Amino acid sequence: MADKTRKDATQALAGRLFDGMTIMAGGFGLCGIPEHLIAAIRDSGIKDLTVISNNCGVDGFGLGVLLETGQIRKMISSYVGENKLFAELYLSGKLELEFNPQGTLAERIRAGGAGIPAFFTKTGVGTLVAEGKEIRNFDGEDFVMERGLIADLSIVKAWKGDAEGNLIYRKTARNFNPMMATAGKICVAEVEHLVTVGDLDKDNIHTPGIYVDSLVEGAAFEKRIEQRTTRPVAEKAAV
Amino acid sequence: MAWTRDEMAARAASELQDGFYVNLGIGIPTLVANHIPKGMSVTLQSENGMLGMGPFPFEGEEDADLINAGKQTITELPSSSYFSSADSFAMIRGGHIDLSILGAMQVAANGDLANWMVPGKMVKGMGGAMDLVAGVKRVVVVMEHIEKSGAPKLVKACSLPLTGQKVVDLVVTDLGVFEINRGRTPVRLTALAPGIALEEIKAKTDADFEVALTA
Repeated sequence: MADKTRKDATQALAGRLFDGMTIMAGGFGLCGIPEHLIAAIRDSGIKDLTVISNNCGVDGFGLGVLLETGQIRKMISSYVGENKLFAELYLSGKLELEFNPQGTLAERIRAGGAGIPAFFTKTGVGTLVAEGKEIRNFDGEDFVMERGLIADLSIVKAWKGDAEGNLIYRKTARNFNPMMATAGKICVAEVEHLVTVGDLDKDNIHTPGIYVDSLVEGAAFEKRIEQRTTRPVAEKAAV
Repeated sequence: MAWTRDEMAARAASELQDGFYVNLGIGIPTLVANHIPKGMSVTLQSENGMLGMGPFPFEGEEDADLINAGKQTITELPSSSYFSSADSFAMIRGGHIDLSILGAMQVAANGDLANWMVPGKMVKGMGGAMDLVAGVKRVVVVMEHIEKSGAPKLVKACSLPLTGQKVVDLVVTDLGVFEINRGRTPVRLTALAPGIALEEIKAKTDADFEVALTA
């Protein structure tokens, strides 16, 4: 078994990065984003990137840092409402944007990784999303054709991983990561905990190692929270 | 008196049924969770990848790995499950969710919904809204009756880019409740907020509607 672990994010991405490439980045909002790999891509200085990610981080964190450095040429996303710089760049014509419905985006990535070039969905029929795409009627209902998506590189974030590349995600930090791991020609993962091969529960591995080319254990994870919503501790006694 | 945001949420909560799997949108729809009748079992789905959403965490117990579709910190329940966003939207698109309650900018008499984009002004994106209205069995909209500008939001035809065609079943506003029935029947006003006159709601509504007050 090849050891896929690398000592840091830069090493994990070495030889994988080039100008004009397409990169898929896992995460929903700031939850489950590969923060170390994003930082390493920023530091590499590669540019003209097409980035496929549900969101584009926030100003100053997550994929937002690649907007600030002007490395992104185009985004394929479903929602970018948390990012003021994004709106500015887009409205001034400095950034291309392709909106996909969230479920269509997830399925395009799943299909791409599974070798399915296109599929039909009722999501978006009769809207801007369906313009210019084939519409076909099945059993009396209209569906729009959407294409599978693949990328030159996918970067994903998991909770635990081993040297074989087996990954386990945690809670809602799973989101887009498992599909993206399958849809990158190369997949690089960062994990919070690198464990000994054999320690992961084989019945509960979310991403089998075949999809992962290299992985790195992140140093300190910031894991920033976007909307901190809580109940007062005083209410605890009443529960 | 127009209904408050909380009263609108309570009104929408009367759409809940025991055993339902429900997706709640951001804003007033989120408040519906506070009005689930005691003893009724309702499972809340969060489209980023969770079934069985619990309440907000106690201060100091927030978990960055556990958020809802509005990116708010939440908690899990003993019955909760987690899954990928592809699995989540398979649930949604595949018709396994009973009810979606969401906000809107415009609803048309034929059931068309617009809630994701104002050309040239708002660049946020549709998130999961197009998938939800395409796949969920029953779609309930909760919205203010008019824009801040005074423009009606329940209209003959949407002027904004659509989220879905003929997808809305029911609309709850601060002034009343309308059955839209995905455009299969004429729009019917079935409830008025207390003290709201029929003339007022007619003046503030662009769509034609029949009056069929039930209570």
